[in-house]
Amino acid sequence: MVTANSDEKYVVEIPVGPQHPALHEPISLRLKVEGEQVVDAHVVSGYNHRGIEWLAERKTFYQDIFLVARTCGICNAVHGAAYVQAVEDLMGIEVPPRAKYLRVLVMELERIHSHMLVLAVLAEVLGFDTLFMLMMRDRERVMYLKELVTGNRVHADFMFIGGVRRDLPSDKKDKILKHINYIEERMKHYEKIWAEDPIILKRTQGVGVASRSQALLHSLVGPVVRGSGVRSDIRLIDPYDAYDEIPFNVVTRDEGDTWARMMVRIGEIYESINMVKYVLEHLPSGPIIPWKTIKAAPRRFPIGEGIGRVEAPRGELLYHVVSDGKPKPYRVKIRTPSLLNIHNGVFMMLDQYIADIPAIFASFDPCISCMERVIVVDNKNNRVLRIPWRKLADREYVEKIFR
Amino acid sequence: MGLISVIRWGVKRSPWLLHFNTGACNGCDIEVLAAITPLYDPERYGVKLAPSPRHADIIVVTGLVTKKAAERLKRIYDQIPEPKVVVAVGACAISGGVFQGSYSHYSGVDRVIPVDVYIPGCPPRPDAILKGIIRAVEILEEKAKKMEELGVSSPSRVGESATTQTS
Repeated sequence: MVTANSDEKYVVEIPVGPQHPALHEPISLRLKVEGEQVVDAHVVSGYNHRGIEWLAERKTFYQDIFLVARTCGICNAVHGAAYVQAVEDLMGIEVPPRAKYLRVLVMELERIHSHMLVLAVLAEVLGFDTLFMLMMRDRERVMYLKELVTGNRVHADFMFIGGVRRDLPSDKKDKILKHINYIEERMKHYEKIWAEDPIILKRTQGVGVASRSQALLHSLVGPVVRGSGVRSDIRLIDPYDAYDEIPFNVVTRDEGDTWARMMVRIGEIYESINMVKYVLEHLPSGPIIPWKTIKAAPRRFPIGEGIGRVEAPRGELLYHVVSDGKPKPYRVKIRTPSLLNIHNGVFMMLDQYIADIPAIFASFDPCISCMERVIVVDNKNNRVLRIPWRKLADREYVEKIFR
Repeated sequence: MGLISVIRWGVKRSPWLLHFNTGACNGCDIEVLAAITPLYDPERYGVKLAPSPRHADIIVVTGLVTKKAAERLKRIYDQIPEPKVVVAVGACAISGGVFQGSYSHYSGVDRVIPVDVYIPGCPPRPDAILKGIIRAVEILEEKAKKMEELGVSSPSRVGESATTQTS
């Protein structure tokens, strides 16, 4: 039998996940707790690694549009947009203005539904099931709008090299405005709940705090860093598509806690609603791709490289495409925002109570499918392989270790 | 009348779902999540998300079953008491979908555990997922009936179910 002395410390490790009611995605958190307080946290990932970069090198440039969109189901349009931006940078293609505005329309609709989803999920994590159900019901309107514009609720593959794949008929404008106004009306109600409900405030204010300097030190991105008072937004500092013509505000808050991150997201939903309205009002006329038909798109790709970076709902998303002049890309590098926020944001969980960990974790808006990496383990010699970059570029060597 | 008769009566009125993501892109997951919310309202069929595999009747698997998640999927499948039904949601869960040919997965749920209902689509619409779940409830009832005919007195305990594990 163990007798507990008051000055002795017992540290217990609690595994959470990969299948856990508070997490909707396969990730494992190893929490070391002392009493109720977390003293160490460790993220174990890899359950979701699918080898997208590896596959992207083995498919053609055009097939990759459909592959990279499936990196993440929630923010698939921004993944497509970043990839086609990188390829356009490589080929030097100028996108027609109408296509630029349509891209913004789809990406902002996606931001609205992504932020509503995480607000709903955090409400569920806090035990506020009614709010979860109500927000998910209203989120269905955004999904309907996305289907109306792109043709599918989730994976639409709307982006195409040089433009977009589908035009917006003028008669759909009134319908979109009607639903967007309804969502704005409902969001005012939800903002009131998030700003005033005493239980939500008690559970989220002062929980998982990241100060401005800590957020910058750990290179956090997206609404997480904006919740700590940093004006970091790719739409503002490096405008792409039509963002240099569309007016919008960057929402920031100084508190740096879970609540501030959620209020930033609510503010961004309003900004996105205004941007959707602006796009519908000022949609230029003209073609949606630089060629006559989509089949006339070029089949030859120059030697070189291209960069595409966009502000995904979760932060900066970067694509780096390298071409060696063949129909297939030599390298497609994906850098997603969730990787930084999840692995670097663990410091916010220290000294917090176990009951608050799901709320802190959900406030990062974790997207596990975006951030997975692979570790090569040599079972015979019982060691983890370290593979230098030069060896990774050697196709034959890579085929040998992965097969 | 054994326990299995009570279970047979119970499962058709209130089947509990367990959702496990084995490497999906979240596209199917948000549609499964949408399918349990008020617009589609599965609670009229008694469908509810279960917090633990030991409470579940139906397991909804999304994703292409990565090698790391496959071991967990088998373990979760074994923890669900009989009778149980597996629903594979999405193109990836059926055949690997767009990720076919990659090094890190098994391309399909049926390579790891037996599947009863397949729901195609990338991702399937929530209506389709709901229809698949209702079909799963029918299969669940058939399985319970079969167990009753075979004279099984009580559902198997955790870890004792006879699974065909191939990988």
